[in-house]
Amino acid sequence: MHNLAGQTLRAETWMPKEVLVCRIHGQEFCVDVGSVKEIRGWAPTALLPHSPAYLRGIINLRGTVLPIVDMAARLDFPAVIPSPQSAVIVVLIGKKQVGLLVDAVCDIIEVTADALEATPQLACDTVQNLVVTLINSDDRLIGLLDLDRLLPEIDAGDA
Amino acid sequence: MAEIRSQFLLECDEHLAEFENGLLQLQSGSTDWETVNAIFRAAHSIKGGAATFGLDRLVRFAHDIETILAAARAQRVIPDGKALAMLLRAGDVLADFVREARDGTAPDETRIAACSGELAAASGAAMPDRQDFETLTFQPIPVSLGADCAPLLRNWIVHFRPHREFYATANEPLVLLKELQNLGDIKVVLEEGDIPPLTELDPTSAQLRWTVTLSTTHTEAEILRAFEFVEDICELRIVPELEEAPAQASSLPAPSLAEPVPGMRPIPANVSTSSIRVDLEKVDRLINLVSELAIREAALTERVLNTGLAGAHASAITAAFDDLRHLTRDLQDYVMGIRAQPVKVVFQRMPRLVREVEAHTGKSVQLACHGEETEVDRALIEGLTDAVTHMIRNAIDHGIEKPERRLACGKPAQAQVKLNAAHRGGRVVIEISDDGAGIDRDKVLALAVSRGLVAATDSLAPEEIDNLIFEPGLSTAEKVTDLSGRGVGMDVVRRSVQSLGGRVTVSSTPGAGTQFTLSLPLTLAVMDGMMATVCGQSLVVPLTALLETIQVQESNVRRLGTSGNLLTVHGKHVPMIDLGQFLGYSTKREMSASCVALLVEDDAGEKIALLVDDVPEQRQIVIKSVEANYRRVPGIAAATILGNGAVALILDINAITASRKTPSGTETGVRLSA
Repeated sequence: MHNLAGQTLRAETWMPKEVLVCRIHGQEFCVDVGSVKEIRGWAPTALLPHSPAYLRGIINLRGTVLPIVDMAARLDFPAVIPSPQSAVIVVLIGKKQVGLLVDAVCDIIEVTADALEATPQLACDTVQNLVVTLINSDDRLIGLLDLDRLLPEIDAGDA
Repeated sequence: MAEIRSQFLLECDEHLAEFENGLLQLQSGSTDWETVNAIFRAAHSIKGGAATFGLDRLVRFAHDIETILAAARAQRVIPDGKALAMLLRAGDVLADFVREARDGTAPDETRIAACSGELAAASGAAMPDRQDFETLTFQPIPVSLGADCAPLLRNWIVHFRPHREFYATANEPLVLLKELQNLGDIKVVLEEGDIPPLTELDPTSAQLRWTVTLSTTHTEAEILRAFEFVEDICELRIVPELEEAPAQASSLPAPSLAEPVPGMRPIPANVSTSSIRVDLEKVDRLINLVSELAIREAALTERVLNTGLAGAHASAITAAFDDLRHLTRDLQDYVMGIRAQPVKVVFQRMPRLVREVEAHTGKSVQLACHGEETEVDRALIEGLTDAVTHMIRNAIDHGIEKPERRLACGKPAQAQVKLNAAHRGGRVVIEISDDGAGIDRDKVLALAVSRGLVAATDSLAPEEIDNLIFEPGLSTAEKVTDLSGRGVGMDVVRRSVQSLGGRVTVSSTPGAGTQFTLSLPLTLAVMDGMMATVCGQSLVVPLTALLETIQVQESNVRRLGTSGNLLTVHGKHVPMIDLGQFLGYSTKREMSASCVALLVEDDAGEKIALLVDDVPEQRQIVIKSVEANYRRVPGIAAATILGNGAVALILDINAITASRKTPSGTETGVRLSA
């Protein structure tokens, strides 16, 4: 699919200064802080028919309808089991607001150039496609998520 | 400046509509002088604004129109039918100029030439060769004012002091002074006596005052007219200059507003309701906020009342909540009302369309509009305009016969097209009817068979044949004309009307005419819905699609092959869909006695029954887009937010019936309702 050179290029051209780290199925992933609008607790969703399995449904975010993506399911793990620690990270993708359901929100870290490590060739296409680069610092391995590739059908809908 | 210019061009559209409207009123026999005045004012406003923005051709044309109207006003003669028709055409040219200024589309020069020639002839005087408007030295146009009022050169002194609002509303003193210059020789003196020293000067205040000595044959009323639109926002005195003492204007004492001025006539008040322009986005945000308020109010009330009130305050609190609810509902209604616009804005574009189609087809048509004050949601206006335009064009092009043919059939040569709007049963209903030949059913059927839309062996009822005209690719015009007949007519209309949540139906009587009926929701923001629960999920069925709710029992459910269940409704059988299964909430389940079926009908008139667990209530809901943050979901029209803050999905009945029929998603053939 995507060769290593392509991945490195993506990492070089687009690099956030700070990222919000969250826990998904015991592993750490992060998103650009600049994309994050707010963090909310879990609320039951209204189920959307004819939707991918990772789409947990929609909730009411102060009067607008917010789709909720189960990040564990999106990364091919078993779906998130909502608990008091579960959080919904509301991010802006293009002009659309989307909620990302994760097991927990950890912290915000600064990204330095020397902590970056290109994503190696992985066996799992889904993860390969979603993780732009790795952040390898303080003994942590954090996958930076490419929000633009999170909801393929949103792109298709915009085109 | 560009913003003011676009604002002006926007206002031009309103003035043009007013201009046309007035002329049409006169054409239909009105003898109200105020109408003539309104037409004149409209032309005058366009001219005034156009001069400010250097739109010379527009100015000249508007000026000629104004001249004719001024003569009519002076002679107290309402223009006759021929003159009105000419003025209407002139109005179309004005509209072309405005469009040119806005979009850069080149106007039709031959039409302009023809029209300006006509105008020149009508104004009774050959048009003088004109130079640039700015440098134009004014030649008073001989206007017959009657014997009692022979032109007499008189000197007037005009004291003019704009108020702060004058400048705030983007008026320009120079334009008015130039207007005076058009009336005769002027001498303008700027009075600087009132201007305070710089240290005390409020830069936003209006201190400048002009004294104009005007030598003219025009009357005081005509001088006043130059200030027609600013009379409320300036100090204005027009006094005849004393002949024995040609006083130095600047030596006059500063005029005081309180002092009664002899000879000054009361200015007729503008009889129009005052209005302001508001950005549509602001209105939408307001509506959103009020909707939120209503939802929160409901949630709060529910929560407080559920916790159980006790003690002396209980009834007072309940009463207070009742008041709050009423206030919120009122607020919601009023805010929704802001978006409402009379369908007049749609209807008033049609006379021009009719004239154009008339000219193109050589048919003679009279358009009659009724119910123009009927209000619809602003968001519907654009789609409605397209639909009505298409249908009127169609009615004249296809429905109405040539004059000779009409006479041969014993009908008057001039055909009638009626446009009618009304509120009916919580919807806006618009009817377009003509007295033409009606739908040629043999031709439609033959065409439908040749295009493979229906089988030759099918026997169709007359109404079913009429409805074939809404099928894609069916055009009954023998040859493709410029106007319609590209075969994209009525199916496009139906689809665009459906996308607005509306329906369109047709009824036709051969030889007597055709009637189209458009039915649209009052607003796109709110609708009435029946709440339904399926597998614990809340869903909404639009009330417009709902026919009835039926208790499901062993006795009224029949099985037919593998295709599922049929529900017996008044002796007929309707296919029944388990919504939980259809939406993927559950696998096949046993029907319990508490299950309810909702009998719904799609826009094509097809009925199905939706099996749900419960129908708790019927309520008004605020429509929220799912697409805004996600994408279109098949079978789901939108979402709404309930009193408890939870989201409920609004079902798209048309999509459900369509998806049932063709699982592959491609729709072929004609749908005929049983």
